[in-house]
Amino acid sequence: MDFTPHTESERKEMLAAIGVADFKELIKDLPLSEKDLNIPSGLSEGEVVRLGLELGSKNQAAPRLMSFLGAGAYDHFSPAAISALMSRGEFLTSYTPYQPEVSQGTLQTLYEFQSMICELMGMDVTNAGMYEGASALAEAVLLALRETGRKKVLIPQSLHPDYKAVLSTYTLESGTQLIEIPHKNGQMDVAFVARNLTAEVAAVVVQNPNFFGIVEPTEQIAPLAQAAGALFIASVNPISLGLLTPPGDYGADIAVAEGQSLGIAPGFGGPFLGLFACRTKWLRKMPGRLVGQTVDVDGKRAFVLTLQAREQHIRREKATSNVCTTTALIGSCATFYMSLLGKQGLRDVAYQNLAKARYAFDQLTQIPGVRAPFNAPIFNEFVLQTKTSPDVLQKNLLKRGIVAGLPIKKWYPELENASLWCVTETKTKADIDLLVKNLKEVL
Amino acid sequence: MEALIFEKSQPGRKGYQLPALDVPSIDPATVLPKASIRTRLAELPEVSELDVVRHYTRLSQLNFSIDTNFYPLGSCTMKYNPKVNEQIANFTGFKLLHPLQPASTVQGFLQVYYELERLLSEMCGMAEFTLQPSAGAHGELTGLLIARAYHKYKGNPRKTVILPDSAHGTNPASAMIAGYNVVTIKSDARGGVDLASLKAALNQDTAVFMLTNPSTLGLFEKHVKEIAKMVHEVGALLYLDGANMNALVGLVRPGDLGFDIMHLNLHKTFSTPHGGGGPAAGPVGVTQALTPFLPVPRVRKTEQGYSLEETSPLSIGKMRAFNGNSLILLRAYTYIRCLGREGVRKNTEIAILNANYLRVKLQDAFQVAIDEPCMHECIFTAAKQKPYGVKTLDIAKRMLDYGYHPPTIYFPLIVDEAMMIEPTETESKQTLDQFIETMHVIAKEAAADPEKLKHAPYTTPVRRLDEVKAAREPNLRWKPTGRQAASPPSAPVGGPHTA
Repeated sequence: MDFTPHTESERKEMLAAIGVADFKELIKDLPLSEKDLNIPSGLSEGEVVRLGLELGSKNQAAPRLMSFLGAGAYDHFSPAAISALMSRGEFLTSYTPYQPEVSQGTLQTLYEFQSMICELMGMDVTNAGMYEGASALAEAVLLALRETGRKKVLIPQSLHPDYKAVLSTYTLESGTQLIEIPHKNGQMDVAFVARNLTAEVAAVVVQNPNFFGIVEPTEQIAPLAQAAGALFIASVNPISLGLLTPPGDYGADIAVAEGQSLGIAPGFGGPFLGLFACRTKWLRKMPGRLVGQTVDVDGKRAFVLTLQAREQHIRREKATSNVCTTTALIGSCATFYMSLLGKQGLRDVAYQNLAKARYAFDQLTQIPGVRAPFNAPIFNEFVLQTKTSPDVLQKNLLKRGIVAGLPIKKWYPELENASLWCVTETKTKADIDLLVKNLKEVL
Repeated sequence: MEALIFEKSQPGRKGYQLPALDVPSIDPATVLPKASIRTRLAELPEVSELDVVRHYTRLSQLNFSIDTNFYPLGSCTMKYNPKVNEQIANFTGFKLLHPLQPASTVQGFLQVYYELERLLSEMCGMAEFTLQPSAGAHGELTGLLIARAYHKYKGNPRKTVILPDSAHGTNPASAMIAGYNVVTIKSDARGGVDLASLKAALNQDTAVFMLTNPSTLGLFEKHVKEIAKMVHEVGALLYLDGANMNALVGLVRPGDLGFDIMHLNLHKTFSTPHGGGGPAAGPVGVTQALTPFLPVPRVRKTEQGYSLEETSPLSIGKMRAFNGNSLILLRAYTYIRCLGREGVRKNTEIAILNANYLRVKLQDAFQVAIDEPCMHECIFTAAKQKPYGVKTLDIAKRMLDYGYHPPTIYFPLIVDEAMMIEPTETESKQTLDQFIETMHVIAKEAAADPEKLKHAPYTTPVRRLDEVKAAREPNLRWKPTGRQAASPPSAPVGGPHTA
């Protein structure tokens, strides 16, 4: 099935109008492939839907499985209005709003997005979105390297392993040294930060809550970074900001985040939403698009892409980043979510995450053979050590329809038999109790 | 115009209800340090579900989109985005999967990854593809880091990336992040690569020559095989910016022409929706020699089923967290399976037919930049309107009044007053004929009443904007009034007051 509307007679008419005898004459200079492509023949819509259903049924998702995975992608309830609004063709099938007169829908939505993220983060400015959390963090570090001219970056050992890997890929060729801040009882070693914040350090990165789910002593970092002339970059979980102090309040220069927890489906890893907010001081050094408010010739309020002199299509090799298309639609999704939940709702969701994760943590750690390696404050994730290998537990719980916490041995071999568990507002007490019962049985 | 959602806010109104808390409530102050607890709630709007639905539905109606308007935006391939792709991407068996689920529970999605990689590799004549990059520019950076890793492995990362002056802005920006200096070479009279300039620029320091083919002038690069030979002779790699791949699929395979690395924009050629500026996907294909450097994880097919290979000694590492923009990749997979072998070729042929039809039919009204058969897009200029003081911008803005999204304007940079028109294959002859008629009307208006164009548009939700004001006095967010800013947090559901 294809989607071209031309009838055979129209094709002929058009070729005649162009003044060629047949299509081949139009492409006579092309070095055509000698053989046909070795790909399957086309399917009708009914056939492709059937294929989709078959492939989908080879996957296992809720409600067939109950998952306690987090680690950078979270299961939160997403109200129906979000996918309904997201599927509107006017949002879905428009291009980047380069013609503001006919793009006010996207532009105003993104202006509202920027406003909400600034509020949530407690920051001055936010761009209109980045690809996802890890590359947003990498862009923040690139900004710090560029602006300070320094070559070292302090990153926590407890930073998400994928984020570490992406930082390493992005900075490998610039001669940057990534120095790991060890953790003490799961929290970053602030004394190590103080000792190592030399005049060669471009930035200190903090993830809050960190990969272990632990809330970091973020308020202690800004004075140290400031004194050393380094930028303080916070990578946060936006849902946690319903309850936790926003990065603006503890003095971050740049705050980045994976925005997926704001009502966006886990979708096997994407598309997600990078958030990038900063102090006004860094406004003209930011990557990505910015929507600004202005007026039209009649004096009406209107919105437009602005400060584009930072961007690649104007500045080329001198641009602040190479990003072009990012994730406007996912940013809109997060905007719908934040509007629906509102001021109190976001706090309530964060609170339920905290209460349910605490309940699960307390119940699970009472099981003989299960212990918590860290005694530190958590939000909605925590690490457990079990007498049985987490890989074995995962396999055995899977037979009972439960996806266990993520085994983290490959990144943290020193934490024997450790796994990372996540409990959000979508889990009921009965779900958690069922997990406890089953874990006892397979341990 | 629509008020801001914040301006519709009423204290205490809610658009969403959580289930009652069924675990013991706790006082956050007993489990979190005082310094970690937020003292002031974020000023998010307080509105009902209907408020939200009506507000954003009304906003959506202020947009032009493919679903509502002809959108001949050059280089962006604004083709129809089939609804079946959306339907399948919304199946819970795909949408609700966590990226770190055990491989045994995501076999269907891993199969989609595996098969999409094979389909793209076959269509492009490449050995393998990575589906990880999040967009075209992300793909460029991935491709250039692969090139750098390859050269480094050979003993020397080299220093420069060469680009034609007609290149997309992302090319030089990506090259800089990959640690290369950019050398720009001029184009020849038809916007193709000037072979003498290329020859002069190529040397042992050259890591990569990045080429868009067809060029940003919509013309096929006739000397491409010769260019590949020249590039390879100095040990450099030839990169294809696949932004214009909609002109080639099923007819020409870049791998057969000598390209070593390429990226695709799935949101262009393979019909995934643009979403007002993303999400996208920018898979990168490479020849056999470069496969060890592809990002991890790689999807492998074994006798036990599909699995993710997490490490590879020479890999550049990871470009993003998790696997990729999976639900976008799924849409592209669905689309390619719908089209099949015959469909992809037919699409390309009709895209070229439509562009040439416009080229011929618009020529008497607007100056065509290069007078020869084009590929999937065609560049016009405002040269014929210059005597009336009418610029490309004015023509573009007047098109809005007639319900057409303008072409890409002032790009490529090497064409003065450029208008880059790409109709795509999904537009009918009737749509094109109406567009042609309108463009003739606009050309007549330009001659008879140039002032009318200079102040267009008239019928859009807002008219020309004060962009200088936007940049000089940046207003990038709504700010709460003093009263709202001072309001203390109220008690969470089921929990004690924590202020």
